[in-house]
Amino acid sequence: MGIEGIGASVVRKEDKRFITGKGRYVDDIKLVGMTHAHFIRSPHPHAKIKGIDASAALKMPGVLAVLNGKELVDDKIGNLICGWMIHSKDGSPMKMGAWPAMAPEVVRFVGQAVAVVIAESKNQARDAAEAVVVDYEELPAVADVKAAIAPGAPQLHPEAPGNQVYDWVIGDEAAVNDAFSKAANVVTMELSNNRLVPNAMEPRAAIADYDAAEEHFTLYTTSQNPHVARLVLSAFYNIAPEHKLRVIAPDVGGGFGSKIYIYPEEMVALWASKKVGRPVKWTGDRTESFLTDAHGRDHVTKAEMAFDKDHKITGLRVKTYANFGGYMSLFSSSVPTYLYATLLSGQYTIPAIHAEVIGVYTNTTPVDAYRGAGRPEASYLLERMMETAARQLKVDPAELRKKNFITQFPHQTPVIMAYDAGDFNASLDAAMKAIDYAGFPSRKAKAKSEGKLRGIGVSCYIEACGIAPSKAVGSLGAGVGLWESAEVRVNPVGTIEVLTGSHSHGQGHETAFAQLVADRLGISINQVQIVHGDTDKVQFGMGTYGSRSAAVGLTAILKAMEKVEAKAKKIAAHQLEASEADIVIEGGEFKVTGTDKKIALPMVALAAYTAHNLPDGMEPGLKESAFYDPSNFTFPAGSYICELEVDPGTGKTTFVNFVAADDFGRLINPMIVEGQVHGGLAQGIGQALLEHAVYDGNGQPVTASFMDYAMPRADDLPSFKLSHTTTLCPGNPLGVKGCGEAGAIGSSAAVINAITDAIGNNALEMPATPDRVWRAMQG
Amino acid sequence: MYQTTYHRASSVDEAASLFAKGSEPKYLAGGHTLLPVMKQRLASPSDVIDIARIKDLIGIEVTGDAVTIRAATTHNDVANSAAVQKAIPALAHLASTIGDPAVRHRGTIGGSLANNDPAADYPAAVLALGATIKTNKRTIAADDFFKGLFTTALDDGEMITAVSFPIPAKGGYSKFPHPASRFALTGVFAVKTKAGDVRVAATGAFQGGVARVGAIEAALKTNWAASALDSVTVSADGLMSDIHAAADYRANLIKVMAQRAVQAAG
Ligand SMILES: Cc1cc2nc3c(=O)[nH]c(=O)nc-3n(C[C@H](O)[C@H](O)[C@H](O)COP(=O)(O)OP(=O)(O)OC[C@H]3O[C@@H](n4cnc5c(N)ncnc54)[C@H](O)[C@@H]3O)c2cc1C
Repeated sequence: MGIEGIGASVVRKEDKRFITGKGRYVDDIKLVGMTHAHFIRSPHPHAKIKGIDASAALKMPGVLAVLNGKELVDDKIGNLICGWMIHSKDGSPMKMGAWPAMAPEVVRFVGQAVAVVIAESKNQARDAAEAVVVDYEELPAVADVKAAIAPGAPQLHPEAPGNQVYDWVIGDEAAVNDAFSKAANVVTMELSNNRLVPNAMEPRAAIADYDAAEEHFTLYTTSQNPHVARLVLSAFYNIAPEHKLRVIAPDVGGGFGSKIYIYPEEMVALWASKKVGRPVKWTGDRTESFLTDAHGRDHVTKAEMAFDKDHKITGLRVKTYANFGGYMSLFSSSVPTYLYATLLSGQYTIPAIHAEVIGVYTNTTPVDAYRGAGRPEASYLLERMMETAARQLKVDPAELRKKNFITQFPHQTPVIMAYDAGDFNASLDAAMKAIDYAGFPSRKAKAKSEGKLRGIGVSCYIEACGIAPSKAVGSLGAGVGLWESAEVRVNPVGTIEVLTGSHSHGQGHETAFAQLVADRLGISINQVQIVHGDTDKVQFGMGTYGSRSAAVGLTAILKAMEKVEAKAKKIAAHQLEASEADIVIEGGEFKVTGTDKKIALPMVALAAYTAHNLPDGMEPGLKESAFYDPSNFTFPAGSYICELEVDPGTGKTTFVNFVAADDFGRLINPMIVEGQVHGGLAQGIGQALLEHAVYDGNGQPVTASFMDYAMPRADDLPSFKLSHTTTLCPGNPLGVKGCGEAGAIGSSAAVINAITDAIGNNALEMPATPDRVWRAMQG
Repeated sequence: MYQTTYHRASSVDEAASLFAKGSEPKYLAGGHTLLPVMKQRLASPSDVIDIARIKDLIGIEVTGDAVTIRAATTHNDVANSAAVQKAIPALAHLASTIGDPAVRHRGTIGGSLANNDPAADYPAAVLALGATIKTNKRTIAADDFFKGLFTTALDDGEMITAVSFPIPAKGGYSKFPHPASRFALTGVFAVKTKAGDVRVAATGAFQGGVARVGAIEAALKTNWAASALDSVTVSADGLMSDIHAAADYRANLIKVMAQRAVQAAG
């Protein structure tokens, strides 16, 4: 592997600039003549806008413009789109209301923008915003998903009667009914999956710069996928054609999905920049993050699982209500359908599965993909079901899982997914060994003698990552292809720039991607620069989400590398007067096997560019590109076990131990992988114990700051024990599967299973706050 | 933040006269309450008078009977004061549970008491220990100082200069932190005075802010032991209810935190 090659825990190249405060985020960028935007947002969850009076504001110092939703619509700026078409069980397409970037007539959630002030300074814009008078007529509102589909509920969009976006089904209902009619045991649960706020460390921001002479826009934005942003802005929002729009996502401080989408603020900044003829900057504050970043999760589900007399699962029936908020965000429709219900087989052989998902509008912030996106909801559901089933059947929860594990691959589930490889017993065994599962009963007894309630909880997750292939997702309704592109440029003196369509906002691509190149050529990662996040530099790309960057993005780099190496070998062979087949690359040199003849990479590169002595007919230069479209998803999987104690007096949970045994296929940089798992676990544990975006009955957010929304902190978390079991992914040449979301997907159920084990009451919802746990202990 | 004029006072008198001149002035100590509120535009003082560097307002003195903490002393200084740790260990412990290190290095006891957040920690100590609040005009007994949420007996422009805590025979503080803010979801300070009185105050729990808990005081007066509270029921009436803790849960916490405070007090 080499000290900087694949499998080496190389220290991250990018950390020097991040740790020393030299990162360059959107808000760090200051353009000449830049103006500042401040949005006026609805304080009401549901209201008609009867009028907006900006006359006083327009006279205030520094104010250049106050623009509203009517003007935006008049200028034919397109409505926000939802890019994945879902059909209801009756065949009808999903029913969506329009989402203009600023509301012209009706607001449908607290925080929705109705107007924007553009001023010389941010403070002047804020001052003027307070002088804008918006006349609202309040309408009845509904925030709860079940309340929203009840008869007589306030109606959000005329296009979606009963607030229902779709009623989608998957699987074989008759087969499931048959399984249940013959079942020896049935386990039934009602579960909710709490709404979360992503809370990336860097709030969203945008700077739009219109060049009137060139009729060209530049947008600096906090995006996980700048090319998709440009595509959508130009194809659907009527901002500018692609060649007249450059989108740059510089350093981005975390996304977790929330920065995939193209938000109203970027659109308005672009439009406003042209209107005022000056660059326009908007930097969201934390309150705006809470109110307007797409939220995650928010499901209410009833699930039933059928078992035969040997405790083998024979069927699964699921009905889920998914809360979409006031509008359909960019990929929202796919999250509770193709990213959720297709994973309902988990790690188990389940012959028959049927799921129905009802997507619902409510007067809340729009919901979309958030770390794991659908898969945490599926995993939480299944793993609570398995634990509950074990308790009901009075068998060991690990044994019940093992009895039902899929052991033969490939495995076709009844819900589309075809698992390519895995070894679920290996990861569960590793986790059980790491936590000394066998010794738990005596630890529990000892804790009891000390007045503590101790519990253990298992969770075995599987996820589908590297979201692909394009043809398959296209047939399921996706509006985009899900390949990735790469370009490898060897400079004349042998340093290398790799352009990737993936985007790094915390994942460490600048290091991990360089390691592949270093590994292939036997050079240092310092000779390699990863370039990403700029549509003017990288031709196209799909960005980073769904743990896809290694499996798809890095494989694209590999494909481009192979082309570069092939050409370089030809040049080397020509220079060394050897046969191309005899050339090997080692330690940055091209060697003729079995001889001491060699030529260093910089000389090969130089030869390619001087072109004085190239093989006949060869083009000069050493630069290749590739587009890689995988043949399948990848399927990371693993087992998490959590051991904890509950304080009988307060219901507070304290971790004793948390072990994770993951199968991510080949690891490029184990240290980065570990960091990804830590972060994911923190978010999954945060969901289990702390985080909850709450609305009151009228649609007012109750948790719009860190004073009320409990983010996990270091001392809320245990010191994790991580390990890996490995089956290589057969779907890509590197054998990688992806690791970005696993922690968030698998951990919540382990925590709740452990708490319910400790307190002996299974009726517990997330977040398991001390109050809820204490209440559950009272019986 | 709105426009404001910043002054740095070098004495209590100068601060008071600057205050008298301003149209809507505010004292600024650690700024850990005032500045966030100003940033959110929920407060718009005309003048901000910084008292955090007035020498007379900083420092801790311990005599045989009392610990006196001047108003602009930071939580960190109280937490780490060997003298306080020795005289009233529970008070040093309480200060160490406030916020995080950044907060403790800025936030002051005077600011905390003047603000009287219903979930702040210091009010529990002040009330349970029967402290005396000294201002630039008078002294105010703890029992007369707290007047409900974010309200105190301080007049407009009156400045806390110091707080004097009588050293008790026994004292303990137990805090159950709010999962999000880390203020007290419920915190209980339990004291047995040298005269044999029992005073127990709970913060974070009552709708009206910090208050004494009669049922607990009575039981502990009879028997200063955690087990003496086993059979006590704390009423949920008048307790706060929110997404993190319903009133009945807070009632339970008052009892459990009181037991732990007594255990900590020894
Ligand atoms: C993140 C965070 C976490 C926190 N956690 C906790 C916690 O766990 N527990 C807790 O108890 N507190 C907590 N606090 C509050 C903090 O510790 C301070 O006690 C509090 O902010 C007030 O003190 P200050 O010195 O910062 O006052 P400032 O913010 O400067 O002032 C607050 C108010 O008091 C007035 N004032 C200040 N000094 C005086 C004086 N001497 N006389 C009269 N009026 C005065 C000011 O005019 C202002 O109205 C937290 C704060 C933050 C930001």
